[in-house]
Amino acid sequence: MSHYQPLERRIVTMPFLFLGVVALIGLYYLAERFFFGMGSVTNLNGGYPWGIWVVYDIVVGTALACGGYALAVTVYVFNKGQYHPLVRPALLASLLGYALGGIGAFIDMGRWWQFYNIFLPWQMNFNSVMLEVGLCVAAYIMVLMIEFMPTVLEKFKAEKLLKMLNKVLFFVIALGVLLPTMHQSSLGTMLVAMGWKIHPLWQTLHLQPLLAVLTAFTMGFAIVVFEGSLSSVGFRRRPETHLLSGLGRFIVGLISIYLVIRFGEILINGKFGLIFAGDLASLMFIIETALFVYPLVVLLSPRARENGRLLLWAAVAMLFAGSLYRFNAFLITYDPGPGYSYFPAMPEIMVTVGLVAIEIMIFLFVVKKFPVLPREEHGSAKAA
Amino acid sequence: MAENDFDYSALEKRLGVSRRTFLKFCTGVAASLGLGTSAAYAMAEAVADKKRRPPVIWLHGQECTGPTEALLRSEQPSLEHLILDLISLDYHQTLDAGAGHHVEEIKRHVMQENKGKYLLVVEGAIPLAQNGIFCKIGGQTMTDATAEAAEHAAAIVAYGSCASWGGVQAAAPNPTGAVGAPQFLKDKTVVTIPGCPPNPANFIGTVLFFVTYGKLPPIDEQGRPKWAYGRLIHENCYRRPHFDAGRFATEFGDEGHRKGWCLYKLGCKGPETYNNCASLEFNNIGGGVWPIGVGHPCFGCSEQGTGFHKALFSLSDVDTHTPPNAFPTIEDREGTSSATVTTAALAGAAVGAALGASAVAGSKLGKKETDQE
Repeated sequence: MSHYQPLERRIVTMPFLFLGVVALIGLYYLAERFFFGMGSVTNLNGGYPWGIWVVYDIVVGTALACGGYALAVTVYVFNKGQYHPLVRPALLASLLGYALGGIGAFIDMGRWWQFYNIFLPWQMNFNSVMLEVGLCVAAYIMVLMIEFMPTVLEKFKAEKLLKMLNKVLFFVIALGVLLPTMHQSSLGTMLVAMGWKIHPLWQTLHLQPLLAVLTAFTMGFAIVVFEGSLSSVGFRRRPETHLLSGLGRFIVGLISIYLVIRFGEILINGKFGLIFAGDLASLMFIIETALFVYPLVVLLSPRARENGRLLLWAAVAMLFAGSLYRFNAFLITYDPGPGYSYFPAMPEIMVTVGLVAIEIMIFLFVVKKFPVLPREEHGSAKAA
Repeated sequence: MAENDFDYSALEKRLGVSRRTFLKFCTGVAASLGLGTSAAYAMAEAVADKKRRPPVIWLHGQECTGPTEALLRSEQPSLEHLILDLISLDYHQTLDAGAGHHVEEIKRHVMQENKGKYLLVVEGAIPLAQNGIFCKIGGQTMTDATAEAAEHAAAIVAYGSCASWGGVQAAAPNPTGAVGAPQFLKDKTVVTIPGCPPNPANFIGTVLFFVTYGKLPPIDEQGRPKWAYGRLIHENCYRRPHFDAGRFATEFGDEGHRKGWCLYKLGCKGPETYNNCASLEFNNIGGGVWPIGVGHPCFGCSEQGTGFHKALFSLSDVDTHTPPNAFPTIEDREGTSSATVTTAALAGAAVGAALGASAVAGSKLGKKETDQE
């Protein structure tokens, strides 16, 4: 018998309808983008060819979708089986997040009808970090689909197929650990390629991939805490705090490593003074660092870790910290030269918000119809 | 006039140039240094006096020999004679007829003989990573060779961008830890003649000044002679009126480019680069022979933090010498728009929704837990 069960509740609820309206607005502008071109819906310009569709949907979005990755490493690499009940919802969120990333890359492509060329070996430029990210993300979406397949097969009671899949699943899971390690670090490498346009506080030519993968990993744990807390409140289930607080310990370790490397690099390269320069960059850096330090301080105390509310706040701060780190580097302190500025246009924001709304709607639908969330007795048995 | 009484016949014979050509050269150098006719004669006499030729030790580090090549192909027909006679080039790895340990022996001998009198020219960057093993000459690392030669040098000139601040070798991520001579020889005064390649006129002028007056010309905080590197290329650029009037080439081969308009929007680094290319040009052959003159934006080759650092076609920062207020601004960019009330509110609402949901969930979680207890 499976440890997971569908919620089997009503699909169309008030929040679902609200999200539907938001999604429709987003889809309307998305259609406009395909009929009249990017210029008609975005504020992109010669200095800022990448706006929020890349920076939020791909760079931040896939980092927020690292829950499946972080848990796969914890459960399968470090063999911490007790976290297994969290794996399926995390995988579902990852699949949706990465799909958003893929769609984001596609809609942000000026000549989107050429996209298939990235998969043609004779068209590939192996020196391009973008190729690495593109192929790796595409491959990982496939991997996530296969990883999530047991849930679907269980639902339709395809016992034979499920058995066959379970025999080869270890290989897919290994890929599911390898691929995000590759492309999450490559997303950091893209900052290296942008050179001097990146503010010195965010530019480090050797450590960029490490910082990117570390924060993505931490955000992966934080999103599992976030999603677990919200679904226990939203679906009125027993809180999973006892499981989630264990993840809090990992977050503490990862943030400590991250902060040591980040500040070490800044000190060694003599950029410490820039933190107190009093300009936009220094302000953003201080806010970002505060957001990193808050979860560290909170989660250091075992009592706070057991407190569901504090744990959630720490996770939210961590998510904002990791997102702001990316936004700061890619957009807010990005300097393409005098005269350029960028703030997303209304339709541009609505497309992103609409896509996120669709993501949440699919998540709600799937957890209600498919065996994704752990059985409640399972969770409470552990708690006892 | 006393100056005219000087006998140049020996010099004419030695260098194979006429007195007239020679004096023209000296006057030209003096003029580009901002000095008068008397200085030109002083220089001429200094060159003519064989005894005043300083011995020169010329070291090559990580580089392409571009500075030496530029010097050999410099302006006046027989300049290679002049420069070889103006100084006594005792050690130069690419120009030495000899080779091997024999030449290294001569170098040590010359340095021993002329302690405190020889001129040291460094060409190329000095790699510091892993004890400098990335550049060796005759088994000796560039760091050791430079430190040894700098010890008793009368003056040190870093010739070319590599020797001045690391050049292309020091471009990120700089795997060999390349630095320029001033960064390596921290406690010595190093005159730098950056450029890729550097203008040979700037080198000759500086050396002539040294030979004539026995001291170095006034230099700025980066060691660059003020007479050559005192002004931005942008200040003396002949395309400057186009910049001020807002006439820009926006693409290679477009109308503005064909008409010789300002290259700022093609990424010209003239507003960031201190050099005298705009007034001196290259190779003294006239006709606007220098990058901007032939229609290519300045690359900023001589400016640390610009050349090999900023992307070729990215816009440079114009901090000084902006167009007058009544003229069109250069900061107009197509399709650039900033936040409006709607978009700012929308972005705020999106972030707020995430925060709000967390706040509600947090308080409910807290309540649930207290109920459980």
